[in-house]
Amino acid sequence: MAEEVKLFGMWGSPFSRRIEIALKLKGVSYEYIEEDLQNKSPLLLKYNPVHKKVPVLLHNGKPIAESIVILEYIEETWKTNPIWPADPYERAIARFWAKFFDDKCGLAAWNACWAEEKEKEKAMEEASECLKTLEGELKDKKFFGGDKVGMVDIVAIFIAFWLRVLQEVVGADLLTPEKFPALFKWSEELVGCPIIKENLPPRDRLIILFRARLESSK
Amino acid sequence: MADDLILLNLWSSPFGMRVRIALAEKGLDYELIEEDLSNKSPLLLKMNPVRKQIPVLIHKGRPICESLIIVQYIDEVWRHKSPLLPSDPYARAKSRFWADYVDKNIYAIGKLVWGATGEIQEAAKKELIEWFKVLEGEVGDKPYFGGDSFGIVDVALIPFYSWFYAVETCGNFSIVAECPKLVSWAKRCMERESVSKSLPDQYKMYCFLLELKTKFQAQ
Repeated sequence: MAEEVKLFGMWGSPFSRRIEIALKLKGVSYEYIEEDLQNKSPLLLKYNPVHKKVPVLLHNGKPIAESIVILEYIEETWKTNPIWPADPYERAIARFWAKFFDDKCGLAAWNACWAEEKEKEKAMEEASECLKTLEGELKDKKFFGGDKVGMVDIVAIFIAFWLRVLQEVVGADLLTPEKFPALFKWSEELVGCPIIKENLPPRDRLIILFRARLESSK
Repeated sequence: MADDLILLNLWSSPFGMRVRIALAEKGLDYELIEEDLSNKSPLLLKMNPVRKQIPVLIHKGRPICESLIIVQYIDEVWRHKSPLLPSDPYARAKSRFWADYVDKNIYAIGKLVWGATGEIQEAAKKELIEWFKVLEGEVGDKPYFGGDSFGIVDVALIPFYSWFYAVETCGNFSIVAECPKLVSWAKRCMERESVSKSLPDQYKMYCFLLELKTKFQAQ
């Protein structure tokens, strides 16, 4: 049977882009379906009735939701170019950092950029603590995955790309080469990787999106 | 020690219970160290410097943190006995999805049902019943979430059974009246020694949670 792979996503969503990057790194062909999150399609609601969110991967008619769950599925289904460590202990460490990122870092960085004046200092401190922890984990490695881009790099890509655009728009200096040299260098390396840079949202379009949100919050 | 395993734990933690259940399912020996979270041990701070939380499993001197990550690790290293995840990738994805669902929702909301009062408690109660109904819909008439085999979703959720009495008493409602199939599933899990030996008595848990509630309210 010819394989059918579809991805329901949203162009600006880092969660959606994680999946696209993983599929592209593994050379998997797929049909991409752009969702309007203000007007979700009946198909999205059918395939992810519990959370009603993107991304959703549809493989031969079977839906998988939640980005980390999808990343695990992709690794187990398409064995070329592994992005997860093979060793169970190393894999547990990678899962830990992915969870730490999703539970704490991404949200802290996002909130710090959008925080109102009175909460700004505390939010920035919290976000900086997260980045400091990531910096400590990265140390002198090129990527979180070692010499090659791995799962944690793909999960943390929000910091490498989205945050850098966002902090410029809102005027926050969260991730700078002075404060976090290793993390900053990592972000440049990561978004410079051939397959990755082709699968990030257009910078200009993201700036427009963030600016619009900034205007409407005033 | 035969399996070189140490578990840093807290008797009342549903997350710690998950790991104990998984270790018991695999028939593994381990040293259990009870932590005092108001006075965390140097070992805990060394083994989990990022989150400083229990449970932490230390295997041959190397720490693994986060309960469901630990459970998956145990399942992968001791694959040959009582698998907690199916072998088919799609079935595994479904298991991970539902384990993640439990992780996202139950603890935070359940805590408000036994820990809060007034409108916050009422809203939390409604939400908890809603999540329980979704889970009940997923397990249905199956013996376990994964079908015939006890698995990671069961491991993720069953520790919260030890909260049922507290949640019902504080929230003034009956879980069996709202979700009878979920209670049947829970009782089925409790028939497994790995579960019954890892969960504290519901009344003991209720007394402990009441004490915590008083402490929170005093602060």
